[in-house]
Amino acid sequence: MTEARTMTINMGPQHPSTHGVLRLVLELDGEIVVRCTPHIGYLHTGMEKIAESKRYQQVIPITDRMDYLAPLSNNLAYVLAVEKLLGIEVPPRAKVIRVMLTELTRIGSHLVWLGTHAIDIGAMSVFLYAFREREQILDIYEQVAGARMMSSYFRVGGLFADLPDGFEKTIRAFVTSFPHRLAEYEGLLTRNPIWLQRTKGVGVIKPEDAVDFGLSGPSLRACGIPWDIRKSNPYSGYEQYTFEISRGTHGDVYDRYLCRIFEMQQSVAIVRQALEHLPDGPIAVADPKLTPPPKPMVKKSMEALIHHFLLWSEGFRAPAGEVYQSIESPRGEYGVYVVGDGSNRPYRVHFRTPSFVNLQSLPRMVEGRLVADLVAIIGSIDIVLGEVDR
Amino acid sequence: MDDVKEADAEENLTVRKLRERFPGAALSTKSFRNETTILLQAGEIVRASRYLKEDPDLRYDFLSDLTAVDRFQEHPRFDLVYHLYSLQFKRRIRLKVRVEEGEVVPSVTSVWSTANWHEREVYDMFGIGFEGHPDLRRILMPEGWDGHPLRKDYPVQASPKWWEEGGAGD
Repeated sequence: MTEARTMTINMGPQHPSTHGVLRLVLELDGEIVVRCTPHIGYLHTGMEKIAESKRYQQVIPITDRMDYLAPLSNNLAYVLAVEKLLGIEVPPRAKVIRVMLTELTRIGSHLVWLGTHAIDIGAMSVFLYAFREREQILDIYEQVAGARMMSSYFRVGGLFADLPDGFEKTIRAFVTSFPHRLAEYEGLLTRNPIWLQRTKGVGVIKPEDAVDFGLSGPSLRACGIPWDIRKSNPYSGYEQYTFEISRGTHGDVYDRYLCRIFEMQQSVAIVRQALEHLPDGPIAVADPKLTPPPKPMVKKSMEALIHHFLLWSEGFRAPAGEVYQSIESPRGEYGVYVVGDGSNRPYRVHFRTPSFVNLQSLPRMVEGRLVADLVAIIGSIDIVLGEVDR
Repeated sequence: MDDVKEADAEENLTVRKLRERFPGAALSTKSFRNETTILLQAGEIVRASRYLKEDPDLRYDFLSDLTAVDRFQEHPRFDLVYHLYSLQFKRRIRLKVRVEEGEVVPSVTSVWSTANWHEREVYDMFGIGFEGHPDLRRILMPEGWDGHPLRKDYPVQASPKWWEEGGAGD
């Protein structure tokens, strides 16, 4: 008589450590994970399908809801793709503001990762501190865009509005205090023996496997492959900033932690540079067919009124053609593929989301490890289910 | 299509090398907004992909994305779109193959493991089959779902039949 050696259980879709509605079917031999099969789609909302029925500008709010921890990164990838399709370039001020805000977004997103990842492993207090700092970033969003999470601040052709008064003070306060706070987190974790035991040598993936599985972002860099799209294929003027790429050596959970901590420091440096060199000038391209005229003009000029009316009722038309634009989001390569057919609506939009692709390498990292390690590993690849399922 | 032009084979190393190695495999090449698209014969996709990945001058080792476009009412109906990236040379290239409804395309999972989920998504959303895929089943929609949502003849707003009939389904 043969005895069943393994047991199959479901982890999720409702489970606090899966960071959303992720279901993992685990085949366990005692505490060891023999096989791990991810099942996704519980949060699928047909965003690509909806996008086909919207005008180009109307797709922006949909992108917010994909990676809801980094809404401005998603906005940026989408507007850059449509701008590429249109063949336009936004004014320098808009570019710098975009960079400044997406780097703050990166910090905000990494803070949520740090807090939740630490709480998964049992370090409660880091969560409270990380969310305290994230609050400052959400306040900045609220100040510039009026919304704390679903900001939709970028527009095709520029920005929704210029920065409000007093903005500089808020940002300066943040970049001054944050490096000290970051040092405090490091004091809590980086050489903490319990943290080291839970993360070092856990969830290792080899560099060649990582590339084969399409891993990108901090998780790829932790394997020692210094690929950062901001450096390799700069967009939105990233070539003008001085910063370094994070790089690990072991490809384990601990190195992913170090990479993200380093990225937060670098993002602060980029925000500082952006603030120093913030140029004056317009925040959107001066094309009345693309960006709305100033409100006072609408009341005085017939032309402006017509343009305003047409932009809100019809939108703008984009040429037929196809473009792919990718950016370095907090999670990796966030690519947007847009196919235009000459009308005012995209014929097809596809979002290459880093969480979807990165999740695919999870089984490779966990098989043969303990269930407790699985929790640490899921946290370390930093997925957002809204983006996995779209 | 304005601004679309034939990609200059002399200028573009990838186009030139691919043409040399597989004469006849590339049906057409296009350049738009500094992005090069190579339309390949569907049967050649695996061989061409492996060559592009392994050639020391090209090294497209990273499959960024794989998706499809429904060219509804045109034939062949679907475009399969592959976005390749070379980590070493920091270059991108877009490959395309055309496939008619009901036909299957060779899977590139043997070249890049990451294609696994991308191809499952394309199968789920467009109903395009992949030959040689290790585990081809739906990925985002529930098992047993009727239809393929990203096809152009699939409605944007609709409810499944069991919902319309007032049942709770199974």
